[in-house]
Amino acid sequence: MSEMIQTDSLRFSYPVDEGEKPVYALRGVDLTIEKGSFTVILGHNGSGKSTLAKTFNAVLLPAGGKVYVEGMDTLDQELLLEIRQRVGMVFQNPDNQIVANVVEEDVAFAPENLGVPTEEIRRRVDAALKAVGMEDFVTHAPHLLSGGQKQRIAIAGVIAMEPACIVLDESTAMLDPIGRREVLTTVHRLNREKGITVIMITHHMNEAEAADRVIVMSDGRVELDGTPAEVFKNVTRLRTMGLTVPDTVDLLDRLKRDGWDVPLDALSVEDCADAVCACLGKK
Amino acid sequence: MLKDITLGQYFPGDTPAHRLDPRTKILLVLLYIIALFCAKSLVSYGLLALTLALCVRISKVGLKSLVRGLKPVLFIIVFTGVLNLFFTPGDVYLLAWGPFRISDTGLRNAVYMVLRIMLLIMGTFLMTYTTSPISLTDGLERLLNGLKRFRFPVHELTMIMSIALRFIPTLIEETDKIMSAQKARGADFESGNLIEKAKAMIPILVPLFISAFRRADELATAMECRCYHGGEGRTKLHILQYQRRDYIALALGTLILGSVIFLHFRGL
Repeated sequence: MSEMIQTDSLRFSYPVDEGEKPVYALRGVDLTIEKGSFTVILGHNGSGKSTLAKTFNAVLLPAGGKVYVEGMDTLDQELLLEIRQRVGMVFQNPDNQIVANVVEEDVAFAPENLGVPTEEIRRRVDAALKAVGMEDFVTHAPHLLSGGQKQRIAIAGVIAMEPACIVLDESTAMLDPIGRREVLTTVHRLNREKGITVIMITHHMNEAEAADRVIVMSDGRVELDGTPAEVFKNVTRLRTMGLTVPDTVDLLDRLKRDGWDVPLDALSVEDCADAVCACLGKK
Repeated sequence: MLKDITLGQYFPGDTPAHRLDPRTKILLVLLYIIALFCAKSLVSYGLLALTLALCVRISKVGLKSLVRGLKPVLFIIVFTGVLNLFFTPGDVYLLAWGPFRISDTGLRNAVYMVLRIMLLIMGTFLMTYTTSPISLTDGLERLLNGLKRFRFPVHELTMIMSIALRFIPTLIEETDKIMSAQKARGADFESGNLIEKAKAMIPILVPLFISAFRRADELATAMECRCYHGGEGRTKLHILQYQRRDYIALALGTLILGSVIFLHFRGL
C-alpha cells in the first residue's frame, strides 16, 4: 500500500491577539495514512482532531512541519485544487454544506467547479447518488430530507469529485441513531467497494469498532495508534483522556477487575459474549 | 406563521409554461411589463388580461394562489387607486364632496392603475410559480452574461441569489426554533403595541444573525472544499438551450407588445 496522506512533525496554532503566546492546537503530529484504509480519529473536545482533519485538504495550512497528500505539499498554492479534489471533506452540519435547492444540482456543484464536461457531470451525479443509496431523490429539495439523508447527499457531493480519500469531520455528531447508522454503512461500503480511503473524526467510540486503525488524539498529539482492539485495551489511559470506551470493553474491564480472566480486545458484541461464555465454561 | 411566505415559491409541474426556457420567461415578463406601461385603453388592458388568463390556464397554476400573491401589496393597490380616484383633475366631475372630487379622468386613471399593478404582479408571480429558483437564477446568469465584458460580477450575483434562495427555508426553520425557545422562557410576541412587538423581535434577530454568519462561514469552507473558485472555468449540469417552443413564445410575446404599441399610437 502507498501513502494517501503523510504529516511530518505537523504543528498548527490558531491566530491570537498580538503579544499573546500562540496556543498550539497541534504540537508535532507524525502520521501516515495508507491508501484504502479506514481510519478513525478519536479525541475529546479541544484535542486537535478537527484541526488535524482540516490540514488534510489545505483548509488549514501547517504553521510548522508539512502535510503531503499523495506526495503533494499542501503549502503549494498551485496544487490547491488538485489536493482538494483528491481529499474530499464532509462536515458536521449537513445544512451548512448543501449549496443548491435541488439534490442533483448540489451533487453537481463540485464537478461543475472542476470544469467537467456536461455529460460526464451527469454520469458522475448519477453514480454518486447511487453510491450513497439516494438515487430516488434526484430532484428532491434537500431541506425536506432527514438528517441522515442530507448527510448522504453531502457525501455524494464529495464523491462526485471522484476523490481518493474522504475525511468526515464529526459528520455523525448531529444525527439521530438511525441517521448515524445510514452514514456509517454508506461510508463503510464506499471504503470496501470503491477503495476510497476514509478518515473519520468522531467522539462516538462505537463508530471506531469496525475501523482498520484508531488514532487517539489528546492535547495536540497522537496518544494512541493501532487497531481498535489494541487501542481499546488501554481502558484506564483512555479514561484519563476524558474518553469513554465501547460498552463491550467496559464490561470486560469490570469483569477483569473483579478477578475474571477475560481478554480486553473482544470489541464486537458477539466476540464479547463468546469471551464471557468461554470464561464461564472455564469456571 | 412563517410558513405562508410566497416569495419565490415554485409549483412543480410539467406544462408548456414549466418547460419554457427560463430566459424566455424572463424576457416575456419584460415584454409584458413594457406592454402594460404602453397600454392606455380598455382594449389594450383587455388584450393583456386575456393573455395572462391564457398563460395561467396553460400553466395550470391555481388562480387562487395567484390572487394570494396580491395580498402583501393590497395596501399599495388600494392607496394608488384611491389617490388617483379622488385627486385627478378633469373636465367633468361625476361626484363632488368637499375636497374629494371624482373626475372622469380620475375614475379612468384609477381603474387603469389598479389593473396595471395587479396584472404586473400576477404576471411576475406566474413566472416564479412555474420556474424553479435554480433555473431562474441560471437563466438570469445567461441573460446577463454579456455584461461580464464590462466586469459586471454576473456569476457572483447569481451565486449569491441562489444561495439566498437555498437558505430561506433553513433560516425560517431556525427562526421558528428560536421563537419557540424564547417563548419557553416566557417571551411574549403577541401582546403589546407595535413598538413593544418590534422590541420583542430583537432577541430573535440577534441569535438569528449570529447563526446566519456562522452558517455563511461554514458554507464558504464547504464550498472551497468542493473546489469552488469563482465562475471561471465552471461547467454546468444543465445547459440551457432555446427550443422551438421558446421561439414561438417569444414571437407571440413580441406580437402582443407590437399590437399594444400600435393601439397606443392609434390613441386607443
